[in-house]
Amino acid sequence: MIKNYKMDQLLEKIAYCIEYGKINNISPYPPDMKGQDGADELTRQALEKGVPASDILTKALVIGMQKIGVKFRENKVFVPQVLMSAKAMNTAMVHLKPFFLSGEVKRKGTIIIGTVAGDLHDIGKNLVSMMIEGSGWEVIDLGVDVKTEKFIESLKQHPGSFLGLSALLTTTMGSMEKTVREIKTQLPETCILIGGAPVNHEFSIKIGADFYSPDPQGAVEFLNKKVA
Amino acid sequence: MKPTISQLISTGKVLVSDGAWGTFLQAKGLQPGECPELWNIDHSDDVLDIAKNYIAAGADMIETNSFGGNSFKLANYGLQDRAIEINRKAAEISRKAAGQDKYVIGSIGPTGKILMMGDVTEEELYNAFKEQSMALYEGGADALVIETMTDLDEARIAIKAARENTPCEVICTMTFDRTLDGDYRSMMGASPTDMVKTLIDAGANIIGANCSNGIEGMISITNEIRSENKTIPVLIHANAGMPKYQDGETVFPESPEMMAGFVPQLMKAGANVIGGCCGTTPEHIKHIAGIVKKKDLLN
Repeated sequence: MIKNYKMDQLLEKIAYCIEYGKINNISPYPPDMKGQDGADELTRQALEKGVPASDILTKALVIGMQKIGVKFRENKVFVPQVLMSAKAMNTAMVHLKPFFLSGEVKRKGTIIIGTVAGDLHDIGKNLVSMMIEGSGWEVIDLGVDVKTEKFIESLKQHPGSFLGLSALLTTTMGSMEKTVREIKTQLPETCILIGGAPVNHEFSIKIGADFYSPDPQGAVEFLNKKVA
Repeated sequence: MKPTISQLISTGKVLVSDGAWGTFLQAKGLQPGECPELWNIDHSDDVLDIAKNYIAAGADMIETNSFGGNSFKLANYGLQDRAIEINRKAAEISRKAAGQDKYVIGSIGPTGKILMMGDVTEEELYNAFKEQSMALYEGGADALVIETMTDLDEARIAIKAARENTPCEVICTMTFDRTLDGDYRSMMGASPTDMVKTLIDAGANIIGANCSNGIEGMISITNEIRSENKTIPVLIHANAGMPKYQDGETVFPESPEMMAGFVPQLMKAGANVIGGCCGTTPEHIKHIAGIVKKKDLLN
């Protein structure tokens, strides 16, 4: 059954679905929302009712992702809950894609992201990508084991983009350092964010990166401040 | 026939396990981006030397160089079709170093795939762990150690695959971090308390924790496990603290003496097997063994 919601209620409801990872009507997760419409149906309904796509993005998707991001930072939820939220967000985002393409809805900016050369881990990098995308940014994900040249090529293709680098292994911290130094030499204006289990603030200063966050939400807040 | 590890534990003995392999391989020249497990084939003397070093340091059991030896991880290097060969060789090398008296525990790490995201099916995970377990057993492993797990479902499937397809005892350890509230949780949100029942029900003979953030936190984790279950044998593989990066090199903060200093408390909390994880060396194991064996003599 499709229920009728007023616009604000609908946006609130979408934000709630994102926060709690309710993807669509048939999704069994979370158990206490079984049988209810999810981010998928509610986003479609909102568009049908004439809610501007930009409102759906900023007043529902961004809010839901921000709430889960904060809870994750506070250790109130863990990776599975964030992944479910991201899935719900992606489902809603599919309906907004045409509005991005037409230029009706603008993103805040672009960030190129990847795990540094020699490192094949992607869970952390993916989490950060999803949180940033859910905050209204365009994310260009270059994947894992990304060579410096590939980052530089992408930065040249997308001038003005931010850059996010991930490393999980202590052994690839050296690789991260090389990448940062090379990029700062060739494209000194690039703003570089770093993250990953062995990385910290002190290390980011040492290698010449611009920002470190121990959690995805910190990166989101840093980026948003940069374009505010 | 020699007793199983848990039979030995049931006599009241505390056993010593080995230290890090990854950091040791790097010290021997393994480069970032290189497949560590392929060293079983093309640098087997170096791998054997690591195993021998830990035996010489006083370890009662040593692992195998097969942490990333499941077909999913090997696929990152295009080596998925060589999983059986690589794992069998890993166990053969450790067996050679251990002789018949010491124990070889075949290392099995996570696949890096997330079940709940639909990356893989339960069946695919089971088959990958089955293949690896059988190859490690065929290569001479006495027991299998499924380690660094963060997801209870993946751990459960790995334990079942190991138990159902080999006669080996199965050890399973998970990796926990300290939350802001001071609790311990895995990346996927499982607590040591959550772990106990799931792993035992799946068929684990020995459970515990590995890696994490140094040996001190392992005391709290062991206490939590023991408050859930008094009898299940517990294995702890602690790392030498959180690594620091100095002048292009990774340095682990906990010295052999520092780690060994926590061993009496860890034993008191109820750990039955104690060894190291990332950043620990034969010197760490020697110090840990020194404390454990001294305590054994007193008992």
